[in-house]
Amino acid sequence: MVEVFFWPALLGYGEAALAYATVRTSRAATWGVPLGWLAQTALLTAQAVRSDGFPWSTWAGSLNLFVWFVVGAYLIWGCRPRFRLLGLSVMPLAVALFVVARIGGGTGAGGSSHYGNLFLILHVGLALAAFAGFTLAAGLAGLYLWVERRLKRRSADILRLRLPPLASLERLTWRTILVSLPLLTLALVIGIVRQQRDGGRFDALEAVTLLTWLVYGAFLVFRPTGRRAAYFALGGFVLVIVARLALAGSHFT
Amino acid sequence: MTLTLIGLSHHVAPVELRERVTLDLPAATALAGSLGDAICLSTCNRTELYFEGVDERRAVSALQQLAGEPLDGVLYRLHEDAAALHLFRVAAGLDSLVPGEGEILGQVRDAYEAAQPGALLDRVFRQALGVGKRVRSETAIGESPASVSSAAGALAAQVFGDLAGRRVMLIGAGRIGELAAANLASRGAQIAYIANRTVDTAHELAHRFGGDALALADIASRLGDVDVVVSSTSAPETVVQAGDVPAKRRTPLFFIDIAVPRDLDSAIAKLDGCFLYDIDDLEAVVAETLSGRRSEAARAEQLVAEEAERFRSWRASLDVVPAIASLRARAEEIRSAELAKVDGRMTADERRTLESVTAQILNKLLHLPTVRMKEAAVSSDGAAYADAVRHLFGLDEENKR
Repeated sequence: MVEVFFWPALLGYGEAALAYATVRTSRAATWGVPLGWLAQTALLTAQAVRSDGFPWSTWAGSLNLFVWFVVGAYLIWGCRPRFRLLGLSVMPLAVALFVVARIGGGTGAGGSSHYGNLFLILHVGLALAAFAGFTLAAGLAGLYLWVERRLKRRSADILRLRLPPLASLERLTWRTILVSLPLLTLALVIGIVRQQRDGGRFDALEAVTLLTWLVYGAFLVFRPTGRRAAYFALGGFVLVIVARLALAGSHFT
Repeated sequence: MTLTLIGLSHHVAPVELRERVTLDLPAATALAGSLGDAICLSTCNRTELYFEGVDERRAVSALQQLAGEPLDGVLYRLHEDAAALHLFRVAAGLDSLVPGEGEILGQVRDAYEAAQPGALLDRVFRQALGVGKRVRSETAIGESPASVSSAAGALAAQVFGDLAGRRVMLIGAGRIGELAAANLASRGAQIAYIANRTVDTAHELAHRFGGDALALADIASRLGDVDVVVSSTSAPETVVQAGDVPAKRRTPLFFIDIAVPRDLDSAIAKLDGCFLYDIDDLEAVVAETLSGRRSEAARAEQLVAEEAERFRSWRASLDVVPAIASLRARAEEIRSAELAKVDGRMTADERRTLESVTAQILNKLLHLPTVRMKEAAVSSDGAAYADAVRHLFGLDEENKR
């Protein structure tokens, strides 16, 4: 019953991923994203209602929630025809991760964790929201580098492509990290307090997440500009990938 | 009631001829007014008279008088749907030298607002203004720059986004450089410095743009203070070297070199945060965007054709409107007469109910014939249907009586 919402969400995201492929169809994509996101919101709500505890504590479940945060952040910052290329990188990624989440059983009902609900909601929710923000920032930074390179090379088609201005991309990257880092800070603080109280080993995921926090913290402190800022944001994202994909499975076991 | 267009444009008339028949807005309005129900659209690329109920020969004669010679080979004459389609294409910028240019829509609006047109001209011009807006909002035909100066402004906006508050240095007093500076200023940028070999000329431009005049020797010291540099001197040597550009900058620096030979050191392009476009780059961007405009023009033509079809339907529906009006008037007359017969035998409430019921019956009965007649009008059977209705219901006999 819960999974009935999976297909419309996948359909919306899939439609957007395809529609962003050309300038002409990109307007249609700006419909697929919100409709898919609403369907996924319904899916998550149904999962929460059906579950006894926090339903996204498994690796696949947290991936489902992560996709929702990524698309939500994209909806806020960049879901416009002019940001087509950002959508072209974010939406296929969202589709792929969403499918992986389903294969891993993260979109069904019944999953729960022995951890306290409030702790998980805050700790996992905030960390995933922060990682989603960093993912979007990396997308914006990648798009910045692409546009900057075309401008440097004096590509004749630069205006025909109707790309967002460099200054907008730089500003949005900065703002996204500015919003995401406090979320990660809170997630870390909550996790550390819990660990102090209950005991437990400092694991690899915590180490990489702390390093991620330091990189993005340095980004906000030193506020690099231009290409350097883009490389900085992408460097931080490599750590997010490691934390999110390579290490996340071991953290709550 | 026939819509007619007589005119000449850049497609058929050379500039020497066009400049003789080009009129400013008051003169164009006066010419149209002297003919009767007419609107004169006169720009540097076209002079066209749209009219209804005016002798064509008078319109031709008016244009020939302006030209000072016969215009037999260059005048085009279009009627009805063809005239409307032409006006729609003009308003959409599809008949312009640069497809999609936006100025023409304002000129059509000015011509329309200055005139006092009758119903037909009013309708076709209002629709043309709507077509122009629709084409610009539903296609990207008007978004790309069509000249070197506007390309410079659009590229600066690609780097900085909103140009409000961005500071520009103009080097040299070349015409294209000045146009590029004007384009940047129109986008909100501030012309901060004007540098020129002749400082008097720099002062003159500085006065016009509101910036400070500089000698060429002072350029390097002010580069850290600007975001965009536009150079168009006739100097044979390089005016700005890569070494003049401040190394530590937090914002990009955008260089536009319109001069031949070039004013700006090509090594600037390699500096971090610096972008350099010369005249060839700008022309390549313009050529590319113009080809984009042409592909958008195909979509715009479809929209214009849809609107022309809508106009044709409206015109056709006019053939049956009198018959529909007569039919409804006749039915209403019968209803009122029958109601009058029973007037004294009912209470006020009963009277109101009867009026309401009979009005509803009438409307329901006449709805389908009205719709069918309008549909028939669009498919060119309108006149036959209208005649049939007049004959069946004796509407002509009624009129004669």
